[in-house]
Amino acid sequence: MTGDAVATLGRAEVVEAATWSPLAIARDRCKGCELCVAACPHHLLALDRTIVNALGYHPIQLLDAALCTSCAFCARVCPDAVFTVYAPPKRETAR
Amino acid sequence: MTTAAAPRVIFSRPELLNDVSTHYCPGCGHGIVHRLLAEVLGELELGPRTIAVAPVGCAVFAYDYLGLDWVEAPHGRAPAVATGIRRVRPDNFVLAYQGDGDLAAIGTAEIIHAAGRGELITVIFVNNGIYGMTGGQMAPTTLLGQRTTSTPAGREARLAGYPIPMTEMLAILPGVAYAARGSVIDPAHIGKAKGMIKRACQAQIDGTGFAIVEVLSTCPVGWGMTAHESMEHLADVEKVYPLGVLVDRSTATLQPASGKGG
Amino acid sequence: MTAILERRSAVSPKRSKRARVLMKGNEAIAEAAIQAGCDAYFGYPITPQAELLEWMARRMPELGRAFVQAESELGAINMGLGAAATGARVLVSTSSPGMSLMAEAMSYMAGSETPLVLVNVMRGGPGLGSIGPSQSDYFQAVKGHGHGDYRVPVLAPASIGEAVELVASAFEIAERYRTPVIMLADGILGQAMEPVAPHFRHPRRRQFDWALTGADGRPPRVLRSLHLQPERLEEHNIALKAKYREIVQREVRWSGEQLDDADLVVVAYGTAARVAHSAMTKARGEGMRVGLFRPITLWPFPEPQLHELALQAAAMLVVELSAGQMVEDVRLAVDGRCPVAFHGRTGGMVPSPDEVLEQLRQLASRVSARGVA
Repeated sequence: MTGDAVATLGRAEVVEAATWSPLAIARDRCKGCELCVAACPHHLLALDRTIVNALGYHPIQLLDAALCTSCAFCARVCPDAVFTVYAPPKRETAR
Repeated sequence: MTTAAAPRVIFSRPELLNDVSTHYCPGCGHGIVHRLLAEVLGELELGPRTIAVAPVGCAVFAYDYLGLDWVEAPHGRAPAVATGIRRVRPDNFVLAYQGDGDLAAIGTAEIIHAAGRGELITVIFVNNGIYGMTGGQMAPTTLLGQRTTSTPAGREARLAGYPIPMTEMLAILPGVAYAARGSVIDPAHIGKAKGMIKRACQAQIDGTGFAIVEVLSTCPVGWGMTAHESMEHLADVEKVYPLGVLVDRSTATLQPASGKGG
Repeated sequence: MTAILERRSAVSPKRSKRARVLMKGNEAIAEAAIQAGCDAYFGYPITPQAELLEWMARRMPELGRAFVQAESELGAINMGLGAAATGARVLVSTSSPGMSLMAEAMSYMAGSETPLVLVNVMRGGPGLGSIGPSQSDYFQAVKGHGHGDYRVPVLAPASIGEAVELVASAFEIAERYRTPVIMLADGILGQAMEPVAPHFRHPRRRQFDWALTGADGRPPRVLRSLHLQPERLEEHNIALKAKYREIVQREVRWSGEQLDDADLVVVAYGTAARVAHSAMTKARGEGMRVGLFRPITLWPFPEPQLHELALQAAAMLVVELSAGQMVEDVRLAVDGRCPVAFHGRTGGMVPSPDEVLEQLRQLASRVSARGVA
């Protein structure tokens, strides 16, 4: 489940947060099925009910980037390949 | 991206999966299986060599989602179409992607005989126990008691028969090198299903015979459930369609000293 | 190939430069396809064309080419569709009941513009019918088989020698226009043995920019007939219609005998035309001015030619091994300019030349009674 980095992001939007985020979420692709909500072991995902995307769904959002462990369970269950998952930065500097 | 040093990517959309929104319903398992296929074909470097056969069913548009050469087959005929391709293109990788109506109803003869011939093709059989594209009618794989638009009172054996275990039936044929059943019920099973798909592709690459992976999948809209509920329902489906590798003759063929398999 | 031909000794070398060999129609058609470069054959045994499949079963593997006896005609034609989708030169053969099973795939191939040659060795129908010769699949071949707005070129040989030549033409037409092509034979043509000059054509290969070969270093290709948006499907149908217009303009074939001074014209194709030819000869012997118009392409139908001929003829007699199918197209072409009579036999029965001659006599007296002659 590896791939080239930024090239595959396509039209993904980055969820801007005060700190760095392990997830890039293509909010225009999300269909609000919430399979990722159940899959996330830390319960960090929920629909953003304040907006509706072009497909007509509430897209998913990451509630707290700091608690995400980049397990990628969300990405594995997503039928629409909405997520790009990055390794946490502290593991990066150790290399 | 926002940080100075480019972070390492753990997971991203595989290259063979086109960057478009699919027509599949929210929570539909097809999206997951398409992605697994894209990952496996990418890892095995099969993309440029693949000629794929699309079914009639919700996945008829698979050709818009996976960047391969595709031919549309009439309903149920994909294994025959794949046979024709295989016989004239010995160096290509031949894949058929089918749903339960395509494979287990109208296409029963074609799949049995392609398997019977030991045709060197790989078949991905997405079983969601219903006819999604046409609005949710009974499939041969619909469970007893399951309500569909053509079994509104729930499927009764007396009138509509029993669910058919296609993969078990195919597994007994000597030409079948690999037959397995997986599921998309949770990340662990999705990972296992990917392994099965990879094994099934390998059987073709190694020339050991016909390979099929049945993937138990969901149809939230047809089942009248949320995506999450339909994943939980797969636990009931598993009782009728048990998971696992039904036959793996491919290793036996490669290592004749082994006592396992056919 | 020479060895096979040598086993069947040559007959009558005087009419051609090379020695001719006696060949069964089914086998001659098969060999013609092989010599034309057929890459793959798919079929299912059905009388009266099983010998075609059996010839292919022996020859294709010898040549390292694809042969599959499918599980049904449905399997066979779909294997053909798959192989043809890769740009391979494909032959499928069957007889009438099997043709019915192939109808679906014909529609798909017409829609996705996939070339393939299909030989139907017609037998008595409807239903299981008989194994005798017939021409009762004219409607099916020319007007029907599958659903939707499409046409398929139909070639109708009247002799085994002509069938051999038309096999090569069939592949050419199929590939030039990206369409399935039907060759309509009948049980007599399939089973009879006639001297054949072993001169086979091998049409040159084209480069196909649509063929599925694996998206290696190029964008992926898709062969489909599904176009869900009505505007898009209409565009597609308009394009198909334009293609069919071009075929109509360029591919009509027919042959005429003794038409210049004919009062009565017999219109017939295939085996019926051979019977009609004998009847014509006898009729001429009795002083009747009879000519023979023989369509070779049933679609595109030689409509303008018949329309023209109807000005000169006092009447036409259509002879078919059916209850009357091509006669409808003849009447449309003639457009009321002259009377069109019909004589047909069904069920595997074949009219004798004397039978047709009697029809001509009756037609002649009806015509003179009206004072038209």
